[in-house]
Amino acid sequence: MAKFTKATGLKDWLNQRLAIEKVEKVMASEYWIPKNINFLWAMGMVLAITFGLLLISGIFLLMYYQPNVETAFDSVNYTIMQEVGFGWLWRHVHAVAASVVFLIIYIHMLTGIYYGSYKKGREMIWISGMLLFVTFSAEAFSGYMLPWGQMSYWAGMVITNLFSAGSLELNGVVEWIRGDYVPGQAFLNRFFMLHVLLLPLAIIALIGIHFAALRIPHVNNQDGEEIDFEVESKKYLDGDKAGSKVIRFANDFMSKDMFVVSVFLMFFFYLTFWNYGFAMDPVNFDPADGLVTPAHIYPEWYFLWSYEILRPFSKDLGLIAFAIAQVIFFLLPFLDRSDNVAPANRRGAFAIWFWLMVVDLIVLTAMGKLPPEGAFNTIGLVAALVFFALWIALPFITKSEKKL
Amino acid sequence: MKKELFILSVVVAFSLLTYWLVEPFAHGQMHPHVDVKGFVYNGASDIKEVDNKIAKIRKDIEAEKAQEKPDAKKLGMLDDDMKAAETRREAKKVFWNDVERIAALEGDAAAGEASYNAGCTGCHNDAALPMEGVIPPDLKTSGALYERHYLIGLIKDPAMASNVDHKFSIVRHHQMESVKYMVTTDEDIVNTIAYLQSIAPKQEEITPDIAFEDACGRCHDVRYKNWTIIGTKPTFKDRRDEMAFDIKHLDAQEGITGYMGKLPPDLSMYIRSRGAHYIEAFMEDPQQLLLGTSMPRVGVNAESAEKVIAYLEEAGDPKAAERNRVGMYVMIYMVFFIIVAFLWKKQIWRDLH
Repeated sequence: MAKFTKATGLKDWLNQRLAIEKVEKVMASEYWIPKNINFLWAMGMVLAITFGLLLISGIFLLMYYQPNVETAFDSVNYTIMQEVGFGWLWRHVHAVAASVVFLIIYIHMLTGIYYGSYKKGREMIWISGMLLFVTFSAEAFSGYMLPWGQMSYWAGMVITNLFSAGSLELNGVVEWIRGDYVPGQAFLNRFFMLHVLLLPLAIIALIGIHFAALRIPHVNNQDGEEIDFEVESKKYLDGDKAGSKVIRFANDFMSKDMFVVSVFLMFFFYLTFWNYGFAMDPVNFDPADGLVTPAHIYPEWYFLWSYEILRPFSKDLGLIAFAIAQVIFFLLPFLDRSDNVAPANRRGAFAIWFWLMVVDLIVLTAMGKLPPEGAFNTIGLVAALVFFALWIALPFITKSEKKL
Repeated sequence: MKKELFILSVVVAFSLLTYWLVEPFAHGQMHPHVDVKGFVYNGASDIKEVDNKIAKIRKDIEAEKAQEKPDAKKLGMLDDDMKAAETRREAKKVFWNDVERIAALEGDAAAGEASYNAGCTGCHNDAALPMEGVIPPDLKTSGALYERHYLIGLIKDPAMASNVDHKFSIVRHHQMESVKYMVTTDEDIVNTIAYLQSIAPKQEEITPDIAFEDACGRCHDVRYKNWTIIGTKPTFKDRRDEMAFDIKHLDAQEGITGYMGKLPPDLSMYIRSRGAHYIEAFMEDPQQLLLGTSMPRVGVNAESAEKVIAYLEEAGDPKAAERNRVGMYVMIYMVFFIIVAFLWKKQIWRDLH
């Protein structure tokens, strides 16, 4: 039993019981971040803020949303969008944030790849981040079902169909997932549960793990330099702030983060109020109708690259390719055989690999949306093959990389 | 700083490129742009559609002939299609030339009243009896809602003017077909229209509600405005009265479904699902966006079209003005947020450099 003395004030009282000063030091003022970073290092904070926006707007939407195939569409488009004061605002914020969060996730991921922030002790940061990406994907997909519009219904139909595993024709599995032969009430209810309970819980837990994974290997920096955090933080605390290679998480790093967040939010709210079409597909403003297939069925933009890896191949080959594409990024720390932690532009062939991958992902994204006809089909097939060629090449080009 | 701006420009450039590819470019590929021609009706788009069909048949014929062993039977059928299409094209040309010629005549409202009473009131009256599922509309507002060329065409040949003649090629005929034999001379036509225009309310008296209800609302429900094809649904105290209304509504829907082949959709969210431009082009000539649809051309003039759009905005996107206003406040707030965040960062980092 610890010794408790009569508290000199509230802070002391709390300190004796919760060690709030210690916690503050560990979490903020003496959580050390490298100084040599650019605005891309603020994407974690941007993501945390965007997740906060999703959580808050989601709570408000949850007060009026009705998970029922008869009333879901109208509860979103009439009750929330028209009757409830500022309901439209929460819905626009929620829909736009759900789309923009993926833009930031992709920037965050590509930053990690470019600067080599996934290896030499940082593997768990990468893997927990990839788990977050997958969970966010499931969260986005399940949320997309809820307005019960045409795209909700048909995307639900197409994606759950994938679980029949092509020629294996595991239709029982598909029915088990849907709770019915086609998407219906059981389907909507379970995706509602996933969207508002199970997946958010998983995301919050994974965010905790992701942050914890940063503790021991520390945040990477622009030059991949190995910093002695003990020495540098001592330098900082002794007063040589300018000479130290590290800064406090709060307020040093935080002040820069918040500036980036403020610019991001301005962009975000511009989209929310005036340019939301990319995140709220017009087709989904038609109520779900199992008898009318929309002329073009496509997923939201952030799933297009993997959708395009599925599409140009035959049924079974496409499914295998799709399955590999979903998990291949997890393996990045192990397929990269080089010990160098450095920005891609100093890593020779890896720089070419990186920019080819970026361009290829963009080409796949574009072709995933376009109708699979003529030249688009060919370009999509080539881009999908290039995607796999790049992953096969990665161990070889990194193995022969010169040590920096 | 310079380096950060360079990195930012790379990130922005790739993001914008992706956006452009998946939004403007992809949607341009999926939905070819159709111009709104200002709600003048001269048959240009009608004839162009047949031209497209002729071009397609020609291509099919050439493809068949290029085969090693051309199928004579198939070629014969394509030939028949070609002849039918060419006849149709000729008929449309003649029809719209006639409309143009008649439009040059001056109408006499007083003389038109007689033609109207003799030729129109047999069906267009207060009895509102359904004909093949469709209730003939009250024509009080028609002189103000619809464009004159369209009305001329409609009296001359309803199926042609509505550009739904493809539906009536063999056995069925347009339920307003009989007008051809009731209002026969060119003078009768323009006089009748002059009369309709003389009894119509002034443009400024026609509200978006009236424009929509008369031009579109006889086939389309708009549940977010409580509109049904049999009128605005009242609030009922007695559940039985409400059920009686609902049954009447269902009967009317069944009638229209039987006639159109498909229940015309509820238009509550069309302003968000299709957008104003699409709806305008669709009202002008549904066939140019949805070839083969049973939806007739509406024939509204530019003023009425604007009112129909206003009605649909009120139904599906009534918060647009509030959105713009709140958006501006948020933008102003964000400018201050950015300034304060920037100053804070500057202050903290002064010692760190």
